[in-house]
Amino acid sequence: MQQDGFKAGLKSGSMIAIGYFPIALTFGLLAKTTGLSIIEAVGMSIFVFAGASQYIALSLIAGKVDPLVIVLNTFIVNIRHFLMTASLNEKMQPETRWKKAVYAFGVTDETFSVISTHGEGRVRTSYAAGVIIMAYGSWVIFTGVGHVIGANLPLFLQAAMSIALYAMFVALLVPSMKGNRKVVMLALTAAALNGFFFWTGLLSTGWAIMVSTLASAIFVEIIYSRRGAVIRRAAGGREGA
Amino acid sequence: MSSWYWWMILGMAAVTYIPRAIPLTFLEGRELPPAVSGVLRNIPYAVLGALIFPAILYAQETDLLFGVIGTIAALAIAWLGGGVMGTVLGTIAVLAVYSLLV
Repeated sequence: MQQDGFKAGLKSGSMIAIGYFPIALTFGLLAKTTGLSIIEAVGMSIFVFAGASQYIALSLIAGKVDPLVIVLNTFIVNIRHFLMTASLNEKMQPETRWKKAVYAFGVTDETFSVISTHGEGRVRTSYAAGVIIMAYGSWVIFTGVGHVIGANLPLFLQAAMSIALYAMFVALLVPSMKGNRKVVMLALTAAALNGFFFWTGLLSTGWAIMVSTLASAIFVEIIYSRRGAVIRRAAGGREGA
Repeated sequence: MSSWYWWMILGMAAVTYIPRAIPLTFLEGRELPPAVSGVLRNIPYAVLGALIFPAILYAQETDLLFGVIGTIAALAIAWLGGGVMGTVLGTIAVLAVYSLLV
């Protein structure tokens, strides 16, 4: 098992905190212009903690959409986390259920990516807690800051920081791709499928990510288990001869 | 804003939390068939591919070149061993320069 604990988690989480900073700030500002009080804006970040669906909720509130529809929309956007937490379960150390129920709250695209690509072997609960606390803290605090001060960051810096989370995803993925064709295949297949869904408009973003991910993971697993079977058979054949 | 808002927050919180919590608590201590666990182990790399592309190109909706430069910078720095911090800060620096120039 990994030795990295809470402190290492905080350190890894700080990259997410940087990435959340401009998004949370903008969310706070938009919430204000939508007519939410600071308590309502920060309340959403505290209790929901899901970037994309919070943005969508704002635009739906502004459009006077039925709250029930907003809840339904949130569910559809976030159902992909089902897949992520099922996968994360394979990576995390065995742990009492209540602790898992607590840190499950903090599983976002970003915390999942950081935790599940963290080294070989199982990850400690304390490491995951560090990552999540850092990310969550940034999300909640900067929602409030954004509501109070508005978008005070220089525009060019705001623009540049909008890339932060994507850069983080790239940095998590690329080292694993080196010398590992299976990882390359997984990422490229999912990216291609997601691009297809995006440009054809066949699926909305939440569903597109989930379907592309699952399809790629299954497809590549089938290819590799077949290849494994062929190699095993060939090796068995040689032994027999 | 009135009480409906907090009911909505409660609903949003519930439908966000449930898909996060069910697999982690329900699957604890269970041995999955090798094929299923193989697929689940593939998920992180597949999901990264889907999270990056094509959204990275539209980081600034109106400026595709911004996304393209960001993609190239991030890939290059990560490939050269910049680590997560180096890649994030390096890409921000490159794009800050680009945004100042445009």
